[in-house]
Amino acid sequence: MRIVVAMSGGVDSSVAAALLAEQGHDVVGVSMQLYDQREGQTSFGSCCTLDDLHDARRVAAAINIPHYILNFERQFDEHVVSNFVSEYARGRTPLPCARCNSDLKFATLVERARGFGADAVATGHYARVEREPATGRYLLKRGTDASKDQAYFLFSLTQAQLAQAIFPVGDRAKDGVREYARHRRLPVADKPDSQDICFVPDDDYASFVQKRAPATAQPGVIVDQSGRVLGRHDGIHRFTVGQRKGLGLSSSSTGDPVYVLALHPGDRQVVVGPRPALARTALTASGVNWIVGEPTGPQRATAQIRHRHPAAPARVGPLAGQRAEVVFDEPQMAITPGQAVVFYDGDAVVGGGWID
Amino acid sequence: MRVYFDYNATTPLAADVIEAVAVTSRDLYGNASSVHHFGQQAKAAIDDARSLVARLLNGDPSEIVFTSGGTESDNFAIRGVAEALEPTGRRHLVASAIEHEAVLNTFKALARRGWRTTLVPVGPSGILEPERVRDAMADDTALVSVMHANNEIGTIQPIAHVAAIAHERGALMHTDAVQSAGKIPIDVRALGVDLLALSGHKLNGPKGAGALWVKRGTRLQPLLTGGKHERNRRAGTENVPAIVGLGIAAGLAAQKMTTETARVGALRDRLEGDILARVSGTAVNGSREFRVPNTTNISFDRVEAESLLIALDLEGVAVSTGSACSSGTLEPSHVLRAMGFSAHRAQNSLRFSLGLFSTEEEVDRVLAALPGLVDKLRRLTLSGRSPQQRPLAKEG
Repeated sequence: MRIVVAMSGGVDSSVAAALLAEQGHDVVGVSMQLYDQREGQTSFGSCCTLDDLHDARRVAAAINIPHYILNFERQFDEHVVSNFVSEYARGRTPLPCARCNSDLKFATLVERARGFGADAVATGHYARVEREPATGRYLLKRGTDASKDQAYFLFSLTQAQLAQAIFPVGDRAKDGVREYARHRRLPVADKPDSQDICFVPDDDYASFVQKRAPATAQPGVIVDQSGRVLGRHDGIHRFTVGQRKGLGLSSSSTGDPVYVLALHPGDRQVVVGPRPALARTALTASGVNWIVGEPTGPQRATAQIRHRHPAAPARVGPLAGQRAEVVFDEPQMAITPGQAVVFYDGDAVVGGGWID
Repeated sequence: MRVYFDYNATTPLAADVIEAVAVTSRDLYGNASSVHHFGQQAKAAIDDARSLVARLLNGDPSEIVFTSGGTESDNFAIRGVAEALEPTGRRHLVASAIEHEAVLNTFKALARRGWRTTLVPVGPSGILEPERVRDAMADDTALVSVMHANNEIGTIQPIAHVAAIAHERGALMHTDAVQSAGKIPIDVRALGVDLLALSGHKLNGPKGAGALWVKRGTRLQPLLTGGKHERNRRAGTENVPAIVGLGIAAGLAAQKMTTETARVGALRDRLEGDILARVSGTAVNGSREFRVPNTTNISFDRVEAESLLIALDLEGVAVSTGSACSSGTLEPSHVLRAMGFSAHRAQNSLRFSLGLFSTEEEVDRVLAALPGLVDKLRRLTLSGRSPQQRPLAKEG
């Protein structure tokens, strides 16, 4: 079977390619050029810079597979970067990696792969796809290595997308992946993991948003829950719900530490308050994707409200218009609009959506 | 069997060249500037190569300066003339809009230092109209630079006519002959140019060696300063094996010119003719009359060339979407854009360039694979799932 592997130049996707090649598949390595790397020169973020593309090419040569760089700058800008900017402008905290997965890697790249005669696209995600023999449906499950699990970022894949997705490292531990990379003498075996958002230089997303959408950089006030003005700010895109640092408030004016509770783009207000005020029991989500179809009514599940959040027991129910309601058994801290809420049944992803 | 139809990017070495480079690397390790036996041998080998390159161009050996390749030769010609003529008050440069990046980006660099530059557009034929050059000339034009043959579409430019126009206004004339040298006869006297650039690896010679032919008496400042190599025109210890290889390649090219031009031309014509006949929605970009015999550039309606290139490569057929130097960028070919084609057509175009080792079997192989791959890519586009269906943001 011919399989296209999305190679970022990191150790996970490199090992994914090496494993598939070792299994005897006809593997084609592809790296996506997602933004203009000539602009930022050396100061670009951690993933998919020119060095990373070169690393991917070196790995492909080491395991003797063809490798191509595809230019997806236009699609990436349309689907991922524009959304990232507009979400911040709306006082929300976006999750670009999830959009990149559903709208680029398992959309545009799959289409291209088909043109090269490939039936599937593999990535280095720590997640698993399983086909239920009885129903023929595809299940999306957490990666075996709980500390690396990335199923959260894949919740919006459809059945058609899952049918073409392969995650070769999903059933491995990170240590094992590195060990395998060393064993195969891959040039990226000891390369550090990427952390930042790849297209934002120096992780300075506020400057990035401001540059793309100058209108967002409008000053406003910071208020407490009663509306009392505590300070001023340079734009709501600089804040995220749950944030404590960088508010520019003196402790004398607030007493106890305060946290961002809400962002109001209309009047450009940042509402702050004490930590207990961050607790919420319920949320609604939009753009909901159900992995094996929409349930008929509310069901028990665990729900995860950000990447590093232990999924919490909840009742999850579908609402009209691809929406859903989640009611947690216990209050959750800092439910952040724009992030994904993902529902699980044990290790299996039931579905997920974007927090309103 | 893998098919290599990308000779305009680079060429495989001729067997005699491999032998010459190997023997020279092993035996002639002397520094050509040294007084002793070893130096003398190296110097003699370089001068043999100089004669062979001069003969390919109908130039004099003393007019050949060896460089690291085509890009350096173009830089040397343009920057060297600019620096030499700046004290005379000349501050303007003219080139065609379809030059190689080695010329275009050197113009941009000089523009940042206060030079005025004019790029003369071409029509859909891909051939410059000399009268447009006349219109672009100014009293202080120092240099006109027009390529002899275009790297992407192969069209041959009316260099002699353009040179006459340049000289009328007291400007010097440079031609980038990287894609014509070895493919078609070149006579620097008949072309009437002052400078001519060529590259070893485009004519079955090694990479890392090229030459600039500089007409005797031409005012030119060196690009590299240092020792007294190459008659004070290009400092740096000579790359003797590569220069020797270039010389052998130039000699072979001259010797085989007539037969190879006919042979490769016939292969190219069959490839092109059969593609046009067997694949609908195809068209040749640029003049089919005035071009080098090894090149065809074909647009495939409703197919993104990048995808077709990769699909062909996976079938063992190596071609190109245009200049290898611009691979990986989103910019559609500046050559096809300058010819007035839409960004869409520019992104639908593939270049096939043949050469010394190309065979009928290779042409057959391409013709066997190509129509099916084009059909497949078109069906995917039609299925409505391909992003290529969306209007291109840069179209227009």
